[in-house]
Amino acid sequence: MRWGVVTFPGSNDDRDTRSALARLFDDEVVSLWHKDRDLGGSDCVVLPGGFSYGDYLRAGAIARLSPIMDAVGTHARAGGTVLGICNGFQVLCEAGLLPGALVMNRGLRFVCRDVTLRVESLASAATASCASGDRLRVPIKHGEGCYVTSDEALARLEADAQVIFRYVDAAGEAGAEANPNGSAHNVAGVRSERGNVVGMMPHPEHAVDPLLGSTDGRRVFESIRAWVGRSGA
Amino acid sequence: MSTPGHPPMTAALAAEQGLTAEEFARIVERLGRAPTFEELAIFGVMWSEHCSYKSSRAFLRGLPTEGPCVLQGPGENAGAVDIGDGLAAVFKIESHNHPSFVEPFQGAATGVGGILRDVFTMGARPVAILNSLRFGRPEAPRMSHLVRGVVAGIAHYGNCIGVATVGGDVYFDAGYDGNILVNAFALGIAPRDRIFRASAAGVGNPVMYVGARTGRDGIHGASLLASAALDESDADKRPAVQVGDPFCEKLLLEACLELMRADHIVGIQDMGAAGLTSSSLEMAGRGGAGMLLDLDRVPMRETGMTPYDLLLSESQERMLLVARAGSEEAVRAVYARWDLECVVIGHVTDDGVFRARWHGDEVCSVPVRALTDEAPVYHRPAAAPSDLEARQRLDLGGVPDVADATAALGRLLESPNLCSRAWVYEQYDQLVGAGTVLRPGGDAAVIRIDGTRRGLALSVDCNSRYTRLDPYLGALLAVVEGARNCVAVGATPLAVSDCLNYGNPERPHVMWEFQEGIRGIRDACVALGTPIVSGNVSFYNETEERNIPPTPTIAMVGLLEDVERHLQPSFLDAGDVVLLLGQTRAELGGSEYLAVLHGLESGSPPWIDLGDERRLHRVVLRAAAEDLLRSAHDVADGGLAVAIAESCFGRGLGVRIEIEGGVRRDAALFGESQSRMLVSARRGRVKRLRELCDAERVPCAVLGEVGGDRLVVTGHVDASVEELRARWRSAFGRLIDA
Repeated sequence: MRWGVVTFPGSNDDRDTRSALARLFDDEVVSLWHKDRDLGGSDCVVLPGGFSYGDYLRAGAIARLSPIMDAVGTHARAGGTVLGICNGFQVLCEAGLLPGALVMNRGLRFVCRDVTLRVESLASAATASCASGDRLRVPIKHGEGCYVTSDEALARLEADAQVIFRYVDAAGEAGAEANPNGSAHNVAGVRSERGNVVGMMPHPEHAVDPLLGSTDGRRVFESIRAWVGRSGA
Repeated sequence: MSTPGHPPMTAALAAEQGLTAEEFARIVERLGRAPTFEELAIFGVMWSEHCSYKSSRAFLRGLPTEGPCVLQGPGENAGAVDIGDGLAAVFKIESHNHPSFVEPFQGAATGVGGILRDVFTMGARPVAILNSLRFGRPEAPRMSHLVRGVVAGIAHYGNCIGVATVGGDVYFDAGYDGNILVNAFALGIAPRDRIFRASAAGVGNPVMYVGARTGRDGIHGASLLASAALDESDADKRPAVQVGDPFCEKLLLEACLELMRADHIVGIQDMGAAGLTSSSLEMAGRGGAGMLLDLDRVPMRETGMTPYDLLLSESQERMLLVARAGSEEAVRAVYARWDLECVVIGHVTDDGVFRARWHGDEVCSVPVRALTDEAPVYHRPAAAPSDLEARQRLDLGGVPDVADATAALGRLLESPNLCSRAWVYEQYDQLVGAGTVLRPGGDAAVIRIDGTRRGLALSVDCNSRYTRLDPYLGALLAVVEGARNCVAVGATPLAVSDCLNYGNPERPHVMWEFQEGIRGIRDACVALGTPIVSGNVSFYNETEERNIPPTPTIAMVGLLEDVERHLQPSFLDAGDVVLLLGQTRAELGGSEYLAVLHGLESGSPPWIDLGDERRLHRVVLRAAAEDLLRSAHDVADGGLAVAIAESCFGRGLGVRIEIEGGVRRDAALFGESQSRMLVSARRGRVKRLRELCDAERVPCAVLGEVGGDRLVVTGHVDASVEELRARWRSAFGRLIDA
């Protein structure tokens, strides 16, 4: 398959995402520039982490106006696969391609540490080849990762199983202690209604190499390959 | 020559630019006339302590700067060493002390921004940041505000620009109540045959200005703020602190690295201290050239700016480059792709004169050498402080041995200088760049070198209690500590960048401390074979006549031939054997234990034999290569008991230890004898480890075994690892957020 990794001005994890994909698979990986107007035939577009446009105004608020985002929107509406990681998740929320918003962490500080995620829904590109309840060890690193939305919208998300990852403790419980940023219902990642657009604050691309720690991040990318394979078939 | 609208220049006006009457007289004599207002200003910044190193230059020559690995020694934007595979590690440490005390967030942020520019200016992609921070007592006025501001500033800049902060150190000491230290280190990787230098050459080649527009921020940041003591008017100095924009620098970084892949650049330098003035003069000076600048062509942030503002502004995120004639459009196109401004503001000349014009009128015409090589060099008076002997006096006979060692260990683990730094480093992105093998919190950070089997170990060190008690030995021990930290992760120490933070050099005791420090660094670097390749000097860390303790921060870089074989500090499995390599002596002088438990900061720092140290290094590195060790941890501040606790915390594993008699109990548990390493090994590997130790005559004692969930030193300590860990882990937040 073909992956497209977007570089906005201020993207930081774009290189790491490309290296992670190159390490994991023999797939094609194309670099997309924010001023591009097409996706170069990408099956899955990844919006990477970083501080696009310096996070000025609001995280993701300016990047969503980049030329490439029109193509990303078209791709998403046509059922194409889109993964937003960290800043990419923020961009997808700002662009209206995913529900909710990400605001300043409740602790008011940037947090970088490993967290445990519990897989909550399998009906998404990022979780398609996981099992429900699986736990993934993946790092977070963000200052604005507190997921918020209205009570009604949250209830709907939960009812429709659009929450795909939740922060949990060692025992697998989604308590306050396990919540690194104050996200509603410990939400760490969500999916669109059809499941083809997914966003997550944790960084699967930083969990693919045993030398550097956990390798659980590969499960996310393997899921996307399975999802794309299935929808392409 | 004089500038319209300005009175004739006098010694009184020179004083406002930080120049003495003698220096002013020297300028008049050198020029054969009175300087213009702008000329006086550039003499002021170029002859400032910060830019000219006038009090330190003569002594820095004594440092070893050469070695087989050195590609670039001191004198460029950063040093460079060969790390194999056709690659170079480019690195430097630099201070941003005064600005950070005046305005902690921006001061620290721009410190990071500045050191990153120094590295990518040389063509290296920055891959790691470390920082060495010194604060006053947590309860001192403004201190918790300063801690929060500095850490948030570093986090803001490093996280946003996307370079991982992988390590550092933090100490609290009353000696920094009035002058905190913020030393930032950055390291980048470049192809070894594509290192760019800051030199201007080629008559007629265009001088190009790139990056952010120039504003009025940071004027006199270098000359007055960093070259004089602080006083009660600190708040008035806030405009002298620059304001950082990491997003702009990220664009600058990517654009410069992209441009450097082609062959358009002759020389490039960032505009740091003293901005356009020092960058253009230093480039011209290194190239033996002259330069003509049209200041009115410099992109400006506001109207009404003057030549003086443009010459002295320290606005951030700006670079100066000399391109090959004819490459202007190609250079501009690369920067335009990243939405950055790039304009020609002058050209290289061959007359050795620095000229600046303002709408066609010449406002400066000064020989480059007068501002650079001919800057004053001072041999200031030096004398040991009169109370040195009193400080070094320690009668251990008058100090009762520890009664409750379990309680003492608990207190040490939650003391400001020994508790976990997670509060600090969790605010930093430690991972971006995907090479962080060992994250902050261990002996040294380890990063993988992309595309190779190799890795680098990085550590910053200086125990200022040692340096206060003995400026020579303390500086020497700082180098040794850095080297041992590299060895503890399995790396061979390679080279050093030093950041020499001292008080007011016009005071003889400070000058003496400085000279002693240089001597200590030299002796250690020579013995360990680690040359100094870059660094900086920060004097005038003085407030209301109180000077900081001598703080020669040492950044040590080590090389791992096989990064998969790195060592780490945590005990890994029950049943592993715990051993101590090295000799424990009855030493407590300058220890954390005496300071925390007895309020005593006296005595002599621990004894060191550099031969013993080298032998320990050989044993540990050999053992790492043979895969004999499961963990290795330097025994340093807080002594053996603290090292054991730290090795327990990683996996939450307990340990059962026996220690021999012979040395009083507090010294055995908490003494800081040098050249020791706490290691663990599988039982079957102990025999081979002993052989290695015997061959090198390194003492090797089996202490006990990993297991259970309690830290037990039979007859001395018995505590739950989880309880100790919780106290250790939460103490920093309790000190600073309280």
